[in-house]
Amino acid sequence: MAISENTWVVLSGQFRFQWEEAQQCYVLLYPEGMVQLNPSAGEILSRCQQQTTIADVISDLQNSFAETDPKALAADVVEFIHEANDQGWLDLKN
Amino acid sequence: MADSITIASDQQQSIPLWLLAELSYSCPLQCSYCSNPINYPQTRAAELSTEEWKTVFKDARKLGAVQLGLSGGEPLVRPDLEELIAEARSLGFYSNLITSAIGADAARLAAIHEAGLDHIQISFQGSNQDVNDHFAGTKSFHHKVLMANEAKKLGFPMVLNFVLHRQNIHQIGDMLKLAEELKADFVELANSQYYGWALKNIDALLPSRQQLLDAEAITNDFRKRHRGNMDVIFVVPDYYENRPKACCNGWATTFLTVTPNGNVQPCQSAQELPGLELPNVREQSLEWAWRESPLFNAFRGTDWMPEPCRSCPEKEQDLGGCRCQAYLLTGDAFATDPVCDLSAKHSIIENAVAKAQNIADLNIDGFGYDIDSAPVQPLLFRNPKNAKLLSKK
Repeated sequence: MAISENTWVVLSGQFRFQWEEAQQCYVLLYPEGMVQLNPSAGEILSRCQQQTTIADVISDLQNSFAETDPKALAADVVEFIHEANDQGWLDLKN
Repeated sequence: MADSITIASDQQQSIPLWLLAELSYSCPLQCSYCSNPINYPQTRAAELSTEEWKTVFKDARKLGAVQLGLSGGEPLVRPDLEELIAEARSLGFYSNLITSAIGADAARLAAIHEAGLDHIQISFQGSNQDVNDHFAGTKSFHHKVLMANEAKKLGFPMVLNFVLHRQNIHQIGDMLKLAEELKADFVELANSQYYGWALKNIDALLPSRQQLLDAEAITNDFRKRHRGNMDVIFVVPDYYENRPKACCNGWATTFLTVTPNGNVQPCQSAQELPGLELPNVREQSLEWAWRESPLFNAFRGTDWMPEPCRSCPEKEQDLGGCRCQAYLLTGDAFATDPVCDLSAKHSIIENAVAKAQNIADLNIDGFGYDIDSAPVQPLLFRNPKNAKLLSKK
């Protein structure tokens, strides 16, 4: 599907997202497995636990990371959403 | 402060990401390749209480464990299973129930779901009633099918696990069909590995190379035709590999097993190794067992290795293979896993494979197996009578 900033996004119900103190990172848990997330992936997915638009995810991140170039940040988020969707981590709808 | 961080960052700092809680060795099934110890009935009186398991969960979580396998025996024989699942959920575990489904009904599965179980794995012993019930040693096929349907109704992600051996591997196409009908998310077609009960039954269980090739071809063909919805994993017996596996992802790197009576082990079979005292949660802390105990440090890393592993360029990949397999086949827990064709004892494996071929040649009828055709040695089912018989030998 075409992904734009108006696309609705939510973490797939087949995965559990949580912070792991011992690993000092966010993880995605699934049957008998785990994905360790890098800090930016963790920040993005932490904002997708409830249904939201990609635009809202971007503006929330822009508020939290005001020192980052806003355009580059928006592009990074959209790129990550594509990757995460390919991995089956997300449910998307336009 | 800086010093203590440096000291703590050695190999003992690895995290036991996986806790396997073997809640009870009791089981209504009698599988002849069971991973429980031969003398399993001896621990029955000493099973951990509900509160003791909760402490194990809490302590494992503190060490960083995040995946929890609730196993046995049959975990459903524990009347406190729902309570343990709720505790695991509140601690932040992702919990996996590894079950035969015997002991469940629709109401209990719903209660387990309500308690917060994340995922269910149901075992099958064959693709139809005759074969399944024969190798389970218990009438169970129809109930498994019913419970798999209930599990999907409740929305559980579901893995179906088929343990393969010479006398059911011809059913692999039907196993895949059954898994698809039951809407499994994931299918494990896992050949039995040969420790404990399975090793005692190897003459009746180890498939021939041709049977494996045929089964793998059917699996690959299925994968091609059914892209997407259902993931399929096919596991070959170690005996047909040239290099051993890094058992449990490497000794004491990732997995922590607690047995029904509270022994703490790096794998399910480690009690078979001689001369190593098993830590027990009633005597020692889980943290001590993981970080300090002689058992967990015995084969960590590569320093313990003799030749040919010590100078092998692949030693970091396979870590010398499985310690239990090395001990069971060579009598030396430090030996290279004989699965490796660089092992001086590799002929043990070659002989076993040749014998499996001879037995297959005696009995096989095309690519299909008559369940009543006489195996060379009768299967010894896992039950208290056979446990006694085998423990005496």
